[in-house]
Amino acid sequence: MILPLDYPTLRVIWWGLMGVLLIGFALTDGFDMGVCALLPFVARTDEERRVVINTVGATWEGNQVWFILGGGAIFAAWPLVYAASFSGFYLAMFLVLSALILRPVAFKYRSKRPNGAWRTFWDWALFVGGFVPALVFGVAVGNVLLGAPFKLDGDLRSTYSGSFLGLFTPLSLICGLLSVAMLLLHGAAWLGVKAERGPILDRARTYGTIAGGFSLVLFAVGGLLIAFGPFGFRIVGAADPGGFSNPLRAVVAAAPGAWLGNYGRYPWMLIAPTLGFAGVAAALIGLWKRSEPLALAASSISAIGIISTVGLSMFPFILPSSADPQSSLTVWNASSSHLTLFIMLLVTVVFLPIILIYTAWVYSVLWGRTSAAALRTDPDLY
Amino acid sequence: MDPAVIDLSRLQFALTALYHFLFVPLTLGLSLLLVIMESIYVMTGRPIWRTTTRFWGTLFGINFVLGVATGITMEFQFGMNWSYYSHYVGDIFGAPLAIEGLMAFFLEATFVGLMFFGWGKLSRVGHLFVTGMVALGTNLSALWILIANGWMQNPVGAAFNPATMRMEVSNFEAVLFNPVAQAKFVHTVSAGYVIASVFVIGVSSYYLLKSKWVGVAKRSFTVAAAFGLAASLSVVVLGDESGYTLTDNQKMKLAAIEAMWRTEPAPASLTAFGLPDLKARQTNFAVQIPYVLGLIATRSLDGKVSGIFDLVAISETRIESGVLAYDALQTLKAQPDNAEARGRFELHSRDLGYGLLLKRYVADPRQADAATIRKASWDTVPDVPLMFWSFRIMAGIGFGMIAFFATAFLLATRRKFEVRWFLRIAVLAIPLPWISTELGWLISEIGRQPWAVEGVLPTFLGASSLSVAQLLASIVGFTLLYGGLAVVEVGLILHTIKKGPFAQQQAFAAMQAEGAPAAA
Repeated sequence: MILPLDYPTLRVIWWGLMGVLLIGFALTDGFDMGVCALLPFVARTDEERRVVINTVGATWEGNQVWFILGGGAIFAAWPLVYAASFSGFYLAMFLVLSALILRPVAFKYRSKRPNGAWRTFWDWALFVGGFVPALVFGVAVGNVLLGAPFKLDGDLRSTYSGSFLGLFTPLSLICGLLSVAMLLLHGAAWLGVKAERGPILDRARTYGTIAGGFSLVLFAVGGLLIAFGPFGFRIVGAADPGGFSNPLRAVVAAAPGAWLGNYGRYPWMLIAPTLGFAGVAAALIGLWKRSEPLALAASSISAIGIISTVGLSMFPFILPSSADPQSSLTVWNASSSHLTLFIMLLVTVVFLPIILIYTAWVYSVLWGRTSAAALRTDPDLY
Repeated sequence: MDPAVIDLSRLQFALTALYHFLFVPLTLGLSLLLVIMESIYVMTGRPIWRTTTRFWGTLFGINFVLGVATGITMEFQFGMNWSYYSHYVGDIFGAPLAIEGLMAFFLEATFVGLMFFGWGKLSRVGHLFVTGMVALGTNLSALWILIANGWMQNPVGAAFNPATMRMEVSNFEAVLFNPVAQAKFVHTVSAGYVIASVFVIGVSSYYLLKSKWVGVAKRSFTVAAAFGLAASLSVVVLGDESGYTLTDNQKMKLAAIEAMWRTEPAPASLTAFGLPDLKARQTNFAVQIPYVLGLIATRSLDGKVSGIFDLVAISETRIESGVLAYDALQTLKAQPDNAEARGRFELHSRDLGYGLLLKRYVADPRQADAATIRKASWDTVPDVPLMFWSFRIMAGIGFGMIAFFATAFLLATRRKFEVRWFLRIAVLAIPLPWISTELGWLISEIGRQPWAVEGVLPTFLGASSLSVAQLLASIVGFTLLYGGLAVVEVGLILHTIKKGPFAQQQAFAAMQAEGAPAAA
C-alpha cells in the first residue's frame, strides 16, 4: 500500500505527538497533581480543603486521561519503548499506579462521610496521589537521560539489569525535584485563578514562589550537569530514518556531552530551554504582582519549555541503553509499522480536536472561582 | 525463563483484570439506566425522576471511580508484566487501546465530572446530553477493549515480519471488523446491562420489602425490569453467537467447554452433565442430549464438531510445520536477503507460533524430538473441567436471568410490587450476574491457553523478564490496596443505600437551616 506520508516523516510526527500528549498531561493533570500536593499546606480547615479540592474536583478525571492516552499511544506508536521502559521501571511504575489509584477514590470518597479522621486520611491520599507521581515521573525522565540498563536479545526481548534504588542518582533526583517544583508552581498558579481570594491564595502564592525559585535553580543545575557530566549517546555512522524498527541494526555509542549536540546543529531548539526559564520567571512575576492569569499562562509555558528541552536534547533518542548502547531505542528504530503509524495519525487528527473542543466546553461551564460560600449553596460539591 | 515468573505474572493479571471487571459492567449498564431515567425526567418534568436519577447516579459514581482507578493498572500492565507480548503484537494490539483513549475514555472522563457537578449549571436537556455522553463513552470504551481482546482470540489482519521480529498490521479493517470482537462486544455489554438491572431491581426490592422510599423503588424497579429483560435475552442470544464464532475460530476452546474428547458423527450431542477427567482424557458419567451441540455449534445437521483428540493431532502437524518456520527465521535473522529462506518462511509462517510452543521444553525448537512435540501438542488443550463447569454455571445463571427479568417485568406491568417472595429473591440474586460475568472472563481467557494470542504467541513467552521478588512485591501491594478499596467501596455503597434516595437533599437542607457548612 502506498501511503501519502513517508515512514521517516510519520516517525517524527509521532515523536512530536508523544511530546504533545506528555505536555497535555503536564499542563492539565499537572495542576491537579500540584493542587493535591499543596492541599495539606495551603488549606488548613475542612472548609478550606473543600474549596481547594473543588477547584479540580470536576475536571481532574478528564485530565488524567492524558496520562492513560499517553500510555496507549506509546504502546501503539512505540511498542518497544512501551515494553522496555515499563517493565524496566517496574517497581517505580507500581508506585505511580498505586498513587494514581488512590487519587480517584480519594476525590470521590472523602466527602461521603463527615468524620474528621476519614477526611484527613483521604487528604493525605490526595497528597500522595499528587506528590508521588510528580516525583517519580521526573526521576524516570532523569533515568531516560542517563540511559536505562536494559539489553535486547536477538528476538528483541528486553532484559533489565538495574534495581529500584539504582533509579535514584544525582541527575535523576534533580529531575524528580524539578518535576515536583514545576507542578507545585503550576498547581499554585491554578489555585490563583480557580480558588476564591483569601488565605488559601496567600499561602498558594508563598508556596508557588518557593517552588518557582526551586524550578529555576534545578533546571539550571540539571542543564549544567548535562553539559559537563558524562551523559549522552550518539548514533555511529549514518542513521536510517526509514529503516525497519529493529534496534540491533544500528550502532550506538555513549558520548558524553552529546545531549547538547542538537543545539549546535539546530540553534532554533534553544527556544525550548529559553521558554523554560522565561516561563518560570514570568510566573514568579505573575505571583508577585497578583496577576493570576499571567502566572498560570507562564507556568504552562515553563512546563512546555522544560519538557521540550528534554525531548529535543535527546532527539533522535527516546530510550538509550546504558548497559548495551546497541539496544538504544530511537525515533528511527523503535516505532510501529508505517501503516500503523499512518492509521493512528488519521484517528488522532480526527479525535484530538474534538477532545479539545468538548474539554474547553466543560471548562467553560465550570468557569469561575470556587468559594466557601458555594459549598453552602451547591449540594453537588465535594 | 523462570516458570514461577510466568505463573505469578498470569496470577497478577488475572487478579487485576477480574477485579477491574467487577466495576466495569455495572458502570456500562448503570450509565444507560441513568440516561433512561433522566430522559423520563426531562420528558415529564417530575422531580421524583430527578431524585431517582440522582440517587442511582451517586451509586454510579462510587462504582465508577474504582473502575477508572483499576483501569489505570490495565493500561500499563501489558508493558510492565508482558513486555515481550507488547513488543510482539504492539503494532496491532496497541492501536485499539490508544483509540479507546482518544474516542471513548476521554469522552466519558471529561463529561463525568460535569454529570455530577453540572446539575445546577446546565439546562435539563443539557444535563441529559452530558449523561448521554458518559454512557456513550463508557460503551465505546468496551467496544475498543473488546476489539483488542477479540484480536487475541482471533488474530486477523496481521503477519509476522522477520525484519522486526514481531507481528505487524496487514489489514486494519479486518482487525476492526473482526467477527469475534463484534460478538464479544455485544455479549459483554449486554452482560453489563444485566448486572446493572439486577442491581437496581435488587436494591429497589430491598426498599419495597422495608416499605421505604416506595415511589423511587417502584419506578426504578420498572425501568430496570424492562431494560434487564431485553438485556438478558441479548446476553444469551449473542452468547450463542459467540459460541458460533468459536466453531470457526477456536475449536479447541469449544471442545474444552463441551468436554468433547472424540469427534462424533454429525450432529454431535451435547454433554449436559459429566465429570471430565483430564488425566484419563475422558468424561465420566456423561449425560448427553443428542444432536443439540451439532445444531448450536454449526447451525446445520451435517456440520462436524471436532473433538479434542483430533484437534491435538492437528496441533502436532502444525508444531512440526512451525519448527520449519522457526528454522527459516533463524536463517533470515542472519541473512535478511536470503530468498530461499524467505520462501520457506512464507510457506510455514502461519505455524510459527506452534513451533514456539516447544520453547517451553527446549531452547531451540529445532532440537525437539517426537515425544516432546507430542507433549507440546497436548499443551494446546486448556483446563477442560474448569472450562466445562465455568460454562455451565455461567449459562445456567444466564438462563435464570431471563426467567428472573420476565417475572419482574410481568409484576411491574401489573403493578404488583408487593410479591414478597420475589422481592426476597431479587435481593439475594444481586451477586449472581457478577459470578456469571467473572466466569465468562475465565472461559474466554483460560480457554485461550496456552496462547496469549491464539496460534501466534504462547503465553509463557509473552512475560517480562522480571524477578520473583518484584512480582511478589507488586502482587502483595495490589492485593492490599485493592482489598482495602473493596471494603471501603462496599461500605460506602451499603451506607448510601441505607440512607436512601433523599439523604443527600435532606442532609443538605438541614445544614443550610443551621447555617453551618454543608457536608454532602
